[in-house]
Amino acid sequence: MPETITGTSMTSEVAAAPSSQPDAAQAKSASALSRFFSIENRYLAPMLITSILLVGQISYGLLESFTRTALAIGVAMLLELALGRLFYGKFPHLASSYISGISVGILIRSPAFWPYALCSAISITSKYVIRWKGRHLWNPSNFAICALLLLAPEAVSTLSIQWGNDKWPLIIVWVLGALITWRVKRFHITATYVASFIVFAALRGLITGHGFLAEVAPITGPMYQLFIFFMITDPRTTVKQRWAQCLVAFLVAAMEMVLRLAENIHAPYYALTIVGPVALAFEIWWTARKQAPAKT
Amino acid sequence: MQSRTLRIILTVFFIGLLATPFVIKRLSARKEPAPTTANASTALARYGLSFQESAKASGVNFTHAAPKLDPKLDHIMPQIASMGAAVSVVDFDRDGWQDVYLTNSEEGKSNILFKNLGNGRFSEMLGDNWGNGENSRKNGVSMGAVWGDYDNDGYEDLFVYKWGRPELYHNDGGKGFTRVSEQAGFPKWINANSAIWFDYDRDGRLDLFIAGYYDEKIDLWNLADTKMMPESFEYAQNGGRKYLFHNLGGGKFEEVAEHLGIKSRRWALAAVAADLRGTGYPDLFIANDYGVSELFFNDGGKKFREVGSQTGIGFAPKSGMTAAIGDALNRGAFAIYVSNISEEGVLIQGNNLWVPRAGTSGENLKFDNLARDLGVEIGGWSWGAQFGDLNNDGYQDIYLVNGYISADRNGSYWYDYSKVTGGNTAIISDAKNWPPMNNRSLSGYQQKKVWINDGAGQFKEVAQIVGVTDVYDGRSVALGDFTNSGKLDVVVANQKGPALLYKNTVAPDNKWIAFDLEGANSNRSAIGAQARIFWNGQQQAQEVTGGSGFCSQNQRRLHFGLGKGASVDRVEIRWPSGKTQTIRAPETNKIHKLKEA
Repeated sequence: MPETITGTSMTSEVAAAPSSQPDAAQAKSASALSRFFSIENRYLAPMLITSILLVGQISYGLLESFTRTALAIGVAMLLELALGRLFYGKFPHLASSYISGISVGILIRSPAFWPYALCSAISITSKYVIRWKGRHLWNPSNFAICALLLLAPEAVSTLSIQWGNDKWPLIIVWVLGALITWRVKRFHITATYVASFIVFAALRGLITGHGFLAEVAPITGPMYQLFIFFMITDPRTTVKQRWAQCLVAFLVAAMEMVLRLAENIHAPYYALTIVGPVALAFEIWWTARKQAPAKT
Repeated sequence: MQSRTLRIILTVFFIGLLATPFVIKRLSARKEPAPTTANASTALARYGLSFQESAKASGVNFTHAAPKLDPKLDHIMPQIASMGAAVSVVDFDRDGWQDVYLTNSEEGKSNILFKNLGNGRFSEMLGDNWGNGENSRKNGVSMGAVWGDYDNDGYEDLFVYKWGRPELYHNDGGKGFTRVSEQAGFPKWINANSAIWFDYDRDGRLDLFIAGYYDEKIDLWNLADTKMMPESFEYAQNGGRKYLFHNLGGGKFEEVAEHLGIKSRRWALAAVAADLRGTGYPDLFIANDYGVSELFFNDGGKKFREVGSQTGIGFAPKSGMTAAIGDALNRGAFAIYVSNISEEGVLIQGNNLWVPRAGTSGENLKFDNLARDLGVEIGGWSWGAQFGDLNNDGYQDIYLVNGYISADRNGSYWYDYSKVTGGNTAIISDAKNWPPMNNRSLSGYQQKKVWINDGAGQFKEVAQIVGVTDVYDGRSVALGDFTNSGKLDVVVANQKGPALLYKNTVAPDNKWIAFDLEGANSNRSAIGAQARIFWNGQQQAQEVTGGSGFCSQNQRRLHFGLGKGASVDRVEIRWPSGKTQTIRAPETNKIHKLKEA
């Protein structure tokens, strides 16, 4: 039996994180606002990231262009529809592929069009190809971005600029991002990573002699805001236990520190690509090992 | 089984996706012939031109030196003191030969005017009365120079813009210069990296636009604090103000920029003025570092309107470092070339070639960036660039210099640079937060680009083949026919490096025609005059500019390549005054001297 790939199986579906089913009483008493800001609202994350995109683009021209981002989104959604139908006999929910496409559209920087289409295609396809025991190990868009950075460095870079000079877009993104990740019970991942990054930045500052501000600077940029709210919190590619999620976030930050000391410009992407699958694979293996005696 | 087959197909598809960048690279490599070692005969046969570097042999013995600024900037000094090598081409003594002026930026060192002796050699004009730039800690140091006959006496006067006191030199009949900066009414200090002459109101007198880079309140030798860096890598608006000096006559100017609508405080690095809409009035294009470019439409010489967004050029902030105009597609319309930063694996901004969209004109003019489509997008850390028909085949080519800081070949500053530039305003804007460079390179030792326009919508990069093999940190490039033989030679000013003179040899069967224009009712330099030639069923437009590229100025002479066996049907000259002049069947392979009727 082929397993079902749901709309929650992609990049940054914080709003679609798996959780215990709310009981009927809770559901009845929940206000419309609560329902809106709930784990079950799988449109929440797409709406947030769309808001970020629109604010960033209208205020500061954040994107390379709307057409490139639209291309990334279009390819991701079309491929998701096609592969979902082909492999599982039904059209999957498109929220997650939308997030993958929009993440690629924002995070990839290239004057050409093809990297946007290719990155989205790699992202979606990787979910269906690179699987182990029914789960895909890599965060799809993180994997695809790393693949392009390695395979096409002459044509692709990543978003590394600011949200302009105004502090308000930064504050709005952080507040909204924190609020939503908290509502969907993923904020501890973000918080652990941010805290770890800051501690490691201070440590790097001491090691390199460049000072704390120079080392903490990257996390104040928009790329990191997308990374910490949408990428490392992806439910399908993070481990299940709350404490383990915190540990993995810490390890991602630690790996990033190692890569940064080696002056790797794309350190956060590579750190997640290295640590995330290893942690997930370990969890899958550990769970299977624990369950094995019960089956026999 | 079916599922297994599907999975195999999908895996193959996935591998194909991962292999796509390799395929694209291979296909791109096929389009371009592999670079070969420079060989004049091969280059001539294949591309119709060949360059030979001959600066010292020609007497142009000049090495640029950088300033030593406030010690608070020592840790990033190579990055701050990274500009000032500039070149302009002028016939300062009206002897019919194009001369060369080079700026220096070290305190106490002089800018040098090299007189073309007409025999293939240049002579350095010795003495302090040839516009030495007054480079000192007290007066600031030179960043560039532009020439224009502001008093219409027939001799090109010299304006030197600096991080410091602007200097205007009156040309005394080609026999020496007199400094007249105070009489002109310029401010005491501007941290400028761009200036151009143009007659924005067509009153027959040249006006002067100066674009500030650092805030004019900053004295880079005596910093109050280190908060003098851009507030953002791509959205900075804390740079220097812009000045538009309206020429009142009698050697006096009045500043009118804000009054006329030019209020930008972006970090300008280049400007060019040309009539983009056919109104007769020159519009103003500014290429900004740390932000979007700006285009100001000139409303009848009475107002400037910023139309960057409206025209399509005001999106996608980059690091604009040059602004050059050229009729890239022989459509009789000017494209604007803007250089930016491209560093493999780090930052791929790509240069912009803003081409007027077919079917748009006048108030509705729109531009599309066709740099990628035409093959002139990736130029490394690009600085100065100029359009010019380098092989006389009838199409405008592009010569581009690049390279930011060439220091230790084994050390790169890129990681530390990217770390801070992505940070918040409070971090990036304070120089003390920037990690020390420690003699590391930043996009150094880059190969220059000579893009030959094939006339069919593609430019081919041929620098190595045609003999442009230097890897200095190029800043400024200017074109001029130094032998009056109908070919464009190239002068390059390198930061902390020697000036280069690439003498050009062009396939002899390609014809050419050139025009030395002199205004009468218009400004005598004829800056703003347009020549449009019609030949072989095609046309090409050129305009005399008072500065273009990065800190540079080409010869004022308009040079058109014509290709093989061509004859020119007619040439239409539109003078800045609005008068037009048509010359039918002008002789080719000749420099025509034309005075405004």
